Amino acid sequence: MNNASTKFKGLKQFFIEVGDLSYFAGRFFKEALKPPFEFKELLRQCYQMGNRSLVLVGVTGFIIGLVLTLQSRPTLIQFGAVSWMPNMVGISIVREIGPVITALICAGRIASGIGAELGSMRVTEQIDAMEVSGTNPFKYLVVTRIMATTLMLPILVIFGDLVALYGSALVENFKGNVSFLLYFNTVFDALAFGDLIPATVKSFFFGFAIGLVGCYKGYYCKKGTAGVGIAANTAVVTASLLLFFVDFIAVFVTDIFYDL
Amino acid sequence: MTFNMINHDHTVQRKVNAIMGTPVIEIKDLYKSFGDNHVLNGFNLTLMEGENLVVMGKSGSGKSVMIKCLVGLVKPDSGTVKVLGKEINELDQKPLDELRSDIGFLFQGSALYDSMTVRENLEFPMRRHKERLGAVSDTEPLVREALESVGLAKAIDLMPVELSGGMKRRVALARTLILKPKVILYDEPTSGLDPITSKEIIELMRSIQKKYGTSSLIITHDVDCARVISERMILLVDGINYAEGSFEELSRATDPKIEAFFKK
Repeated sequence: MNNASTKFKGLKQFFIEVGDLSYFAGRFFKEALKPPFEFKELLRQCYQMGNRSLVLVGVTGFIIGLVLTLQSRPTLIQFGAVSWMPNMVGISIVREIGPVITALICAGRIASGIGAELGSMRVTEQIDAMEVSGTNPFKYLVVTRIMATTLMLPILVIFGDLVALYGSALVENFKGNVSFLLYFNTVFDALAFGDLIPATVKSFFFGFAIGLVGCYKGYYCKKGTAGVGIAANTAVVTASLLLFFVDFIAVFVTDIFYDL
Repeated sequence: MTFNMINHDHTVQRKVNAIMGTPVIEIKDLYKSFGDNHVLNGFNLTLMEGENLVVMGKSGSGKSVMIKCLVGLVKPDSGTVKVLGKEINELDQKPLDELRSDIGFLFQGSALYDSMTVRENLEFPMRRHKERLGAVSDTEPLVREALESVGLAKAIDLMPVELSGGMKRRVALARTLILKPKVILYDEPTSGLDPITSKEIIELMRSIQKKYGTSSLIITHDVDCARVISERMILLVDGINYAEGSFEELSRATDPKIEAFFKK
């Protein structure tokens, strides 16, 4: 009985959270379309999120490309299909691995950063001070951050994809004596618009989800300084789960279009 | 008295205004609860123009909630809150923001923006209220003037993390002054500071009031602060006005609940 009651409370809490997050997203669209627009702060956030994630995304992408090629090579050699390596790596990185891995890295780095920053601003009354000074804190802090993550993530994904392909090309160059030109020509021959468009579109949604969750957790942070840690932590967990959910829907929708 | 009459000693004028009675803040029957926690239970307050009013109460007695109701940060359950003749809870966002520029708010923990320098912290409210600056396009002299009035002109390019607690409070006070408000609300201005720095902040508050002639509502549980700065005091107990009078009158009272505030 007690167990059932706890589960019911947990479920209720889950639906309340989903409702609050949806309301928060609705408020974002309402405020984003209403002037005045905080262009300067938006540019600052784009720079902060894009530039500072570049190295992390680049290193991870390079290693993913490298490892994926090294791991796949023996199996493809066994089937005499090693010449298909650029096609396989290119399609898997551009369509799925690149966007998902980049988004997960950004969920860890950006969502937690936003959660902690806004959380600490909330508990130290900086958000209240902003409101008292006649600034709409939702517009200044939340709208700019969500827009920045939405705009920057596709760029980071493209960068991550290119570095991952370079890592893969490096292995093929060393082990299979394949030139970089031949490798990239084969990759781009294998890729179609049908691979690039859905991946780019879903990257926008990934960015939106990361910014939305990070801002939501930070903006409504409670329980003093302990709450800041909780906000940062739950921002990463929720954003990561939401990414997989968004990815599932994106793949499902893309699949319908492929069938048509 | 208008705010433009700066650089004069406004003490006499302020006392005349306080006697003549032009209310700048009026709170009537203010109620606020958070769930089962009834914080304010019919609180009343009137702050006259040029007056220094101290509200004292124990921690958790609802002082901060009351002061946040004055700037629309907390919506009361019932009651009226009038600031400079306008009912705060009936204002739309734009007029509310305009009214807020006439109210200075010194937060308990200073609330300086961590990601901005001292200069940017002071420029931030000015960017939001350009119309108050009139023809002034260069904000630098105004920032310097505000910092000089709190004795921290050299800290202009420092980040808040590089400042001590007392310096942060001074910069926050400078930020409060930058729009030349008509009323200043102080939320625990000396909390978390050592006795010497507390005295410095209290002196600074007095000198600012003399210089600019603002009305001040000070929320505190610091008896020394109340003694030095108050012209009138309200004791807040269980969410209502328990006692009201001058510091001398209240400190001589024999009621145990009032005595408890003044015992060291």
